[in-house]
Amino acid sequence: MSETTAVMPAPAGAAASADPRPEILNVRDLKVHFPVYRGVIVQKQVATVHAVDGVSFSLRRGETLGLVGESGCGKSTTGLAILRMLEPTAGSIVFEGEDITKFDRSRMRAMRRRMQMVYQDPYGSLNPRMRVRDIIGEPLQVHGMDKDPAEYRDRIAALLAMVGLLPDMADRYPHEFSGGQRQRIGIARALALEPGLIVCDEPVSALDVSIQAQVVNVFMDLQQRMGLSYVFVAHDLAVVRHISDRIAVMYLGKIVEIASRDDLYREPLHPYTQALLAAIPVADAAVEAKRVRLVVSGEVPSALAPPSGCRFHTRCPHANERCRTEEPPLVGSGDGRAVACHLHPA
Amino acid sequence: MSSALLSVRGLTTRFRTERGTVTAVDDVSFEVNSGETVAIVGESGSGKSVTALSILRLIPDPPGKIVSGEIIFDGTDLVKLDDKGIRAIRGDRIAMIFQEPMSSLNPSITVGRQIAEPVNLHRGTPWGKALERARELLSLVRIPDAATRVSAYPHQFSGGMRQRAMIAMALACEPQLIIADEPTTALDVTVQAQILDLLQDLSRKARSALILITHDLGVVARYADRVIVMYGGRVVETAPAADLYARPSHPYTRGLMASIPRLDGDTGRRLVPIEGQPPDLSALPPGCAFAPRCRQANDQCRAERPVLREIAPKHFKACFVDV
Repeated sequence: MSETTAVMPAPAGAAASADPRPEILNVRDLKVHFPVYRGVIVQKQVATVHAVDGVSFSLRRGETLGLVGESGCGKSTTGLAILRMLEPTAGSIVFEGEDITKFDRSRMRAMRRRMQMVYQDPYGSLNPRMRVRDIIGEPLQVHGMDKDPAEYRDRIAALLAMVGLLPDMADRYPHEFSGGQRQRIGIARALALEPGLIVCDEPVSALDVSIQAQVVNVFMDLQQRMGLSYVFVAHDLAVVRHISDRIAVMYLGKIVEIASRDDLYREPLHPYTQALLAAIPVADAAVEAKRVRLVVSGEVPSALAPPSGCRFHTRCPHANERCRTEEPPLVGSGDGRAVACHLHPA
Repeated sequence: MSSALLSVRGLTTRFRTERGTVTAVDDVSFEVNSGETVAIVGESGSGKSVTALSILRLIPDPPGKIVSGEIIFDGTDLVKLDDKGIRAIRGDRIAMIFQEPMSSLNPSITVGRQIAEPVNLHRGTPWGKALERARELLSLVRIPDAATRVSAYPHQFSGGMRQRAMIAMALACEPQLIIADEPTTALDVTVQAQILDLLQDLSRKARSALILITHDLGVVARYADRVIVMYGGRVVETAPAADLYARPSHPYTRGLMASIPRLDGDTGRRLVPIEGQPPDLSALPPGCAFAPRCRQANDQCRAERPVLREIAPKHFKACFVDV
């Protein structure tokens, strides 16, 4: 496979450097490949899934980067790889100035105090046999921060209050809570060690519509108060638009477009971003009645055998010969946005 | 006398559970006309799916039971039909499309045979001809290379293709009514748009009525002619779609619309969530089911159950408070 590595220019562009907040995370050319084996006794590698295939982005303190795309695009894998919960195959992940891909187990363990995760499934991610106080306190115990009992108790109560739960809920078990409350417990646990970065993997998609807003507001309030940075992985583009400062759109393991929230939604440049936004109905009958519809055909191809050239060419209404053979690099346009499309030269 | 294709009146469906009897659908009434797309919208536990299953008489008994009400479909009360009677209608004049295409398709039978089965069963069409019809239907739902796909098994289809096959199966006998329960929730958004466009296009052409059950207010806005909003097993508001979005009237409907971020909305706006938790159907309050979460609730709301009243032409709400 030819290595037309997607290189994004270092965010030293005029507009990018206008943001005075320090950079907390810088991911360069991240790759996560999974081998596929066949055979029962003698296992032979027969293929490789290029789940994440050369992804680069950066994140500032107090900023939210939305990672969006359809199933199989690699957004969740990227989120897990940032925390090294999945081992990257290649690339660098510089977090608070240090490349954590080179860290050994003990250094990584110490570093995890600064980077945490909130999961999609508020039912599967909490141990049903543990009381809420132990679920939230476990990270503190692991890192030896539970020595003073009074301080520990206060800390748990403060964490519960931070996510809008009552201190007396600490003695209950997960099954006594609704989905939205469980997700708050998951957030409180992630906050316990006062991290700088939280990777949120579809954190509201399992919740009822009326509850999603409660949890989205919790995320946004905490960010304001604590200066947290979020990588917010989700498929719901309306939620992502609401919470993100910048958004990266992924397709089959690659970022096809990255831009500020307003730029991306006002003027999507990549045909895939355009198709994705057009596919989503707006919750207003009057708007929908007037909307110009553009429906892209086909489905996402298998990540086992991604299409040649631009991976979107099989579904793109504008694809030409070059798109079928040559992979477009992600090219920045200097104003903080970048697009990987031959039809949109910088 | 109403000329509606489907007229549901006072439908009440209960389930026996460990925690006592739960009224999943509570005195629900609505009508659906031929050629119309009606969305039933609600969150988990709102009773939207149980309403659909009740119409098809697919409520498992025990523990469930339709305890009262009537479901008049084209002049026949489906509640009073015996098993044989309802089986003759199900899959023929009323078809259903479920959320999970993989669990609704038999993995060991070819897609073509599964689509041909209702044609053979209800119409007595010989298998050869029925399979020919299956091939036509597969190309109608725009599955490429239908002639060979007809002998493929469900696992050889992608998620979107399986849902297309389900639509083909639903259309097989040219039903008068199609009920689709969250038909695209398991699919990616670009595929969701393809499937819903197809479903609406084909049901319009066939002049079939379509009941679309969903939690997605965007899908409702794009596809529905009329909307029924359910909460706690009850209809809280119903209106033509344009009217519902222009003038949402029940505090729950208004709350839902304020709580969702919009693709075209104001990004600086803070979301206004509906406080509290979804209702526990085994312990509903005596009055309005939404009263515990409603900012405008008064003593009457807490004590008395509101009934639907017309607040504008064809726009009804079950609420004591005027907004």
